[in-house]
Amino acid sequence: MNEQRPITIIIVIIIIGAVLLTKLFLIQVMDDSFLKKAESNAIQRVVDHPYRGLVYDRTGKILVYNYPIFDLMVIPREFQVGDTTRFCEIFKISKEYLVETYTAARKYSSVKPSPLIKQISTTDFARIQDFLIDYPGLFVMTRSVRSYPQASAANALGYIGEISSNQLERDSSKYYKQGDYVGLSGVEGYYENELRGVKGVKYKLVNVRGVDKGSFKDGSFDTASVAGKNLISTIDLELQEYGEKLMVGKRGSVVAIEPKTGEILAMISAPTYDPNVLTGALFGKNYMVLNRDETKPLFNRPIMAMYPPGSIFKIVQSLVGLQTGVLTPNTTYACNRSLVACHNHPSPSNLFGAIRNSCNPYYHQAYRAMINREVSTSTFKDTEIGLNVWREAVIKFGLGSPLGIDLKNEKGGSIPSSKLYDRIYGEGRWKYSTIYSLSIGQGEMLVTPLQMANLAAIFANKGYYYPPHMIKAIDGDATKIPEEFRTKREVGVDAHHFDLIQDAMAQAIYGTAARAVIKDIEIAGKTGTAQNPQGEDHSVFIAFAPKDNPQIAIAVYVENAGWGGRAAASTASLMIEKYIRREVTRLDLEEYVIIGKFM
Amino acid sequence: MRQDDLYINKIDWISISIYAVLVIIGWINIYAAVYDDQSIKSIFDFSINSGKQLVWIGTAILLITVIMVADYRLFENLALPLYIIFLVFLLITPFFGKEINGQRAWFEIGSFRLQPAEFAKFATALALAKYMERSTFDLGQFKYQLQALAIIALPVAFIMLQPDTGTAMVYSAFFVMLYREGMPQGYYIFGLSFVAITLLSLGLENNIYLAIGVGVIILIIILLGKKKIGRIVSLLGIWILIVGYSYSIDYVVSKLPEHQQNRIMVLFNPNIDPLGVGWNVTQSKIAIGSGGFFGKGYLEGTQTKFDFVPEQHTDFIFCTLGEEFGWAGSLVVILLFCALLLRLVMLAERQKNRFSRIYGYCVISILLFHFMINIAMTIGLFPVVGIPLPFFSYGGSSLWSFTILLFIFIKLDSHRIQLLSRIG
Repeated sequence: MNEQRPITIIIVIIIIGAVLLTKLFLIQVMDDSFLKKAESNAIQRVVDHPYRGLVYDRTGKILVYNYPIFDLMVIPREFQVGDTTRFCEIFKISKEYLVETYTAARKYSSVKPSPLIKQISTTDFARIQDFLIDYPGLFVMTRSVRSYPQASAANALGYIGEISSNQLERDSSKYYKQGDYVGLSGVEGYYENELRGVKGVKYKLVNVRGVDKGSFKDGSFDTASVAGKNLISTIDLELQEYGEKLMVGKRGSVVAIEPKTGEILAMISAPTYDPNVLTGALFGKNYMVLNRDETKPLFNRPIMAMYPPGSIFKIVQSLVGLQTGVLTPNTTYACNRSLVACHNHPSPSNLFGAIRNSCNPYYHQAYRAMINREVSTSTFKDTEIGLNVWREAVIKFGLGSPLGIDLKNEKGGSIPSSKLYDRIYGEGRWKYSTIYSLSIGQGEMLVTPLQMANLAAIFANKGYYYPPHMIKAIDGDATKIPEEFRTKREVGVDAHHFDLIQDAMAQAIYGTAARAVIKDIEIAGKTGTAQNPQGEDHSVFIAFAPKDNPQIAIAVYVENAGWGGRAAASTASLMIEKYIRREVTRLDLEEYVIIGKFM
Repeated sequence: MRQDDLYINKIDWISISIYAVLVIIGWINIYAAVYDDQSIKSIFDFSINSGKQLVWIGTAILLITVIMVADYRLFENLALPLYIIFLVFLLITPFFGKEINGQRAWFEIGSFRLQPAEFAKFATALALAKYMERSTFDLGQFKYQLQALAIIALPVAFIMLQPDTGTAMVYSAFFVMLYREGMPQGYYIFGLSFVAITLLSLGLENNIYLAIGVGVIILIIILLGKKKIGRIVSLLGIWILIVGYSYSIDYVVSKLPEHQQNRIMVLFNPNIDPLGVGWNVTQSKIAIGSGGFFGKGYLEGTQTKFDFVPEQHTDFIFCTLGEEFGWAGSLVVILLFCALLLRLVMLAERQKNRFSRIYGYCVISILLFHFMINIAMTIGLFPVVGIPLPFFSYGGSSLWSFTILLFIFIKLDSHRIQLLSRIG
């Protein structure tokens, strides 16, 4: 009897297989109700993009916000276009575009949505909305883009753009997905983590037309998006806009800092651009245009341009000399023009006179005294030691390396050390006569406009600074900004040494920058001229005001505008007046700057 | 040396090939089940289950190698010790195991989780084979029937402590082996009627139809047979028993824990709770049903994404296949399973000693049960019981245990001549 049983078992196996296959055939092939259900009942995961944080200026005016735009999505398998010509008319696209995009979408997936028209404006959306019902397979996805109502501070605020594949690879947190937008420069780039918020996910039951059939399982799998944090910028929008107005048609930088806090009141990079062109659908095209522009509007000059500091550096030299004891207020040197060129002024002069008159030979001699301290019998060795000691003192002024501002791509400039000269001339083959240009801020020395403005703040504060920064509060909380911006940095020069400096700077205005004088606001300033081998020198001016209670420290660079006393000093003076008085009365000076014929 | 004498030629490469194909198709489908077009990862990415499955597959190959090079007598000798060891494991699992989904069925060692109940299957199979090997062992006798059932019932009782009803049910599959070894047919007739009546009483809205239907059949039997009082009374007694049972089963079900109750009820009416317990079945049917003849294409499935159904890549892996490869894909896989099972019947029948044959039928029993129940549940022919599709579902424990189960038999089969001469 048992011999029959294996056959029974074989039959049972075959029957089971047949039953399963029959049932499968019934539901898979014969019955299309499941297919319909699948189409009306797909789960779609919708990433809930958080609102990117907003940015306000220091007075509460909005600098950056979001506004909605719409992507028209297509599901190729469902899409029926009918009359192509009419379709193209309604949606304002060319037939070629339609065919091309649709083919690409179809190639990507016939059942998953792809964008057909990206970034439709609110007005266009209102127009096409009613037509959508005529075209199965189309639906609209809402996104938001950045908008800059004042079109100001473009370089400082930066822009956002689609994440690059490089960035995606480096993103160890795996937060970003292809097509996400990230801050690429400026504040947008630096504060990306604060601004971006947290993405949420919604699971929706949808039919293939994307029509919402409600949330899946009452949203129990959903996570809500968390909007990005709002930032309060240190920028004074009114001052920023005024500065931009003054700099129209010129190349250069204006950086204004509140000395007591390191807060940047204005940061102008000229020429600038309308930040709104780097949002929305035309980002790529406009970026190309800006990038090719030979005036380099995308080059954030205040933190990226580097120039020799010129005469302004003499103040730093004076302070280092005073602190090391090499100079006293009474140290006197003759204006010996056989050493370096100078201009006509009384000679010999003491330190005060040297600053006021910006005497080149004075600093040539004073710097030699600082460098060659006769600690070594070899002139070469002595110079090397002296230079490095001097460099240590100078870099405390925030020179020679980036200040760490909360913007991307800050450059550090350079203050040469002995290593640089060893490389150029060979070890033990250079001495003071090789490096004497440094005495008057020329030679192998570079600073950024931001560092210069910070110098002005140091002079105003009599020896300390807070690293300059663009953001003063995150979500209204000032303690959330990075610690370093709240940490005071001393430059290592006693406060009383600054008294003489401040007095000299206040005096110097009347000599070298008479245009900068404002009635009833005492300005302490120093002109400079950054030598430019390629063309006309750059006009430079730094200042702070009012002298006895400094509220603003400023550095102005106007490229190819010659002597610092004209273009830069005038601009700085107007900015100071604007900031302190909130209005400018010297309209003739304003006109002079705006017209910009400085030479 | 003649070709035939090479050991490698004695191995049954047909079943090994089918095994390999099933494992590979399974792996490809696991990737599809976890595939997410929002965040595309490689099939080899160890952070997703397809990558992990690759590790399980690799280690399974290692296990196969160990089994194939081991001494063939080992399995017979180890049969009883292994059985006892796994019984101990099963006994302590509810106390030391990790609780997942209300069951304590898992042992956690570091980041690895093992399910002793999966491995107890082959240990029980070996124990049964060993115990029933004796020529005096006759399933026609009640004593031996009881002994065989006791070997099966012991692990079942321990698994119910976890409680893991699905895995416990698998042990009922051994009745296929017992049938081959001579268990009286009457039990099967009784058992199948019992199952049929149970399903009908659960499935029918009103048991009165069942009562009437069975009544009519009994009436016909009475009318056709001898009209003796005793016979009529006993047939009526059977009718009352059936009707009573059908009503009481409804009552018992209503006393079951809710998740089990729902799983049973949803079989008959998935719409009771389409987003809750019925979700699995409805979604699974929609996924498979929407596949059509040739499917939606690999990775193009729309229904089986996002890992909502926790068992998507384990117990419900067949959905992904049905959706993306359609009926054609289902056909291939079901034919492969049937071919494997039929091949194993062939192998079992060619064994010259009882141990190997009994073990072979144990393997057939377990694979057949898993194959039938798993696919049946995904298409709504059977209540959802959490058991994996052999070689196909994601998971180390299940892949390992099925691999061990199958390859011990392939090993035994490859030594069938020696086994004969030894026992002979």
